[in-house]
Amino acid sequence: MKILRSAQAGSLESQDILVTVKKGKAGTGIIINLDSPSLVQYGRKIHEEIEFVIKDFEIEDVKVQAIDKGALGFTIKARTETAIKRAIKKES
Amino acid sequence: MSKDVKIVKRTIEDVTKIRRTRLYIPGNNPAMIRNAPLFGADQVIFDLEDGVAINQKDSARILVRNALKSLNFGETEVTVRINPLGTEFFEDDLKEIIPTKPYAIVLPKAETHKQILQICDKIAAFEERNGMPIGTIKLAPIIESALGVLQAEQIALASDRIVGISPGGEDLTADLGAERTIEGEELLYIRSKLLLAARGAGVQVYDTVYTNVRDNVGLLLQTKKIIRLGYDGKACIHPSQIELIHKSFMPTEAQIERAERIIGAYKIAQEQGVGVICVDNKMIDVPVVKRSERILKRAEAGRRK
Repeated sequence: MKILRSAQAGSLESQDILVTVKKGKAGTGIIINLDSPSLVQYGRKIHEEIEFVIKDFEIEDVKVQAIDKGALGFTIKARTETAIKRAIKKES
Repeated sequence: MSKDVKIVKRTIEDVTKIRRTRLYIPGNNPAMIRNAPLFGADQVIFDLEDGVAINQKDSARILVRNALKSLNFGETEVTVRINPLGTEFFEDDLKEIIPTKPYAIVLPKAETHKQILQICDKIAAFEERNGMPIGTIKLAPIIESALGVLQAEQIALASDRIVGISPGGEDLTADLGAERTIEGEELLYIRSKLLLAARGAGVQVYDTVYTNVRDNVGLLLQTKKIIRLGYDGKACIHPSQIELIHKSFMPTEAQIERAERIIGAYKIAQEQGVGVICVDNKMIDVPVVKRSERILKRAEAGRRK
């Protein structure tokens, strides 16, 4: 799958996460920039969850900006999936 | 459809379970979804319809789907209000939500028997595709238009999936051109008609929301009224409304004590093969026993929360 445009999902409300995805340059891979109040404790896990969803879409080059407000796994995955779906959707 | 398809029938439990409160939770709010079982409602309705902005429908659908797949809601019954048939969201809602097995789909803008059959057919197709017995997912239609009210009996009888019906207060009053009042005169006929339709079909009936979340007096007044009419529950738009509704559904000590005596006498009569029994010089027959059972069920639920 190819990222066609920048897209965003989620919010800055408590227990949510704002995920923005952008097209990455060919060959640069998955770049995740994460801002979270619990970066030390959960940073790695959040990273893995975002990456898991991206790989599921077979996307190779993408830049992700994620601002976490204490989201649980189900929210992190949902917001990433929504942002990606919005970014790959062909205009009708 | 393959020949070895399994079918699940509606049970007595499906149509008699205590559902005093049905709490709406906006489908795009992760914090409220996560806390859903903590509010103490008998049922939660994750809302993909009016509680979600048009440009966030995709986001809410995926969030609710993930929540249903990964969170444990304990004893709280989980349902999802999808977008109505005829909208661009309807089919995607079913496709994502059915595999997560909510107890029921809450269906807005139910208007005709035919429409319910169409929707049930869609649900059945998704159930089959996901290896679930046909009839697993129950249905709770909301009637929100004059046409729907006129067809209430047909709607309630349309499918074995239906466990309860309810009026949609705001849309209905708008469709009728009526004013919404605390007394609820404008909805009295509709509430009565839906009650009859539900009982005629052997299903439950739940009242619409009380929209002023700060007015407990009005909420109490309206809740007492719908209980007297025979309603099984009421929808809530705020967790603060739950306790008051539960208290309203709690029978009095005198009612509980009498119900216990009736059930006790009925059991003894059954054991001894006696046909007619009396409690407090009043003849007790099956409807009285049924009503007593309902009182005790509500009392038990009220003691728990």
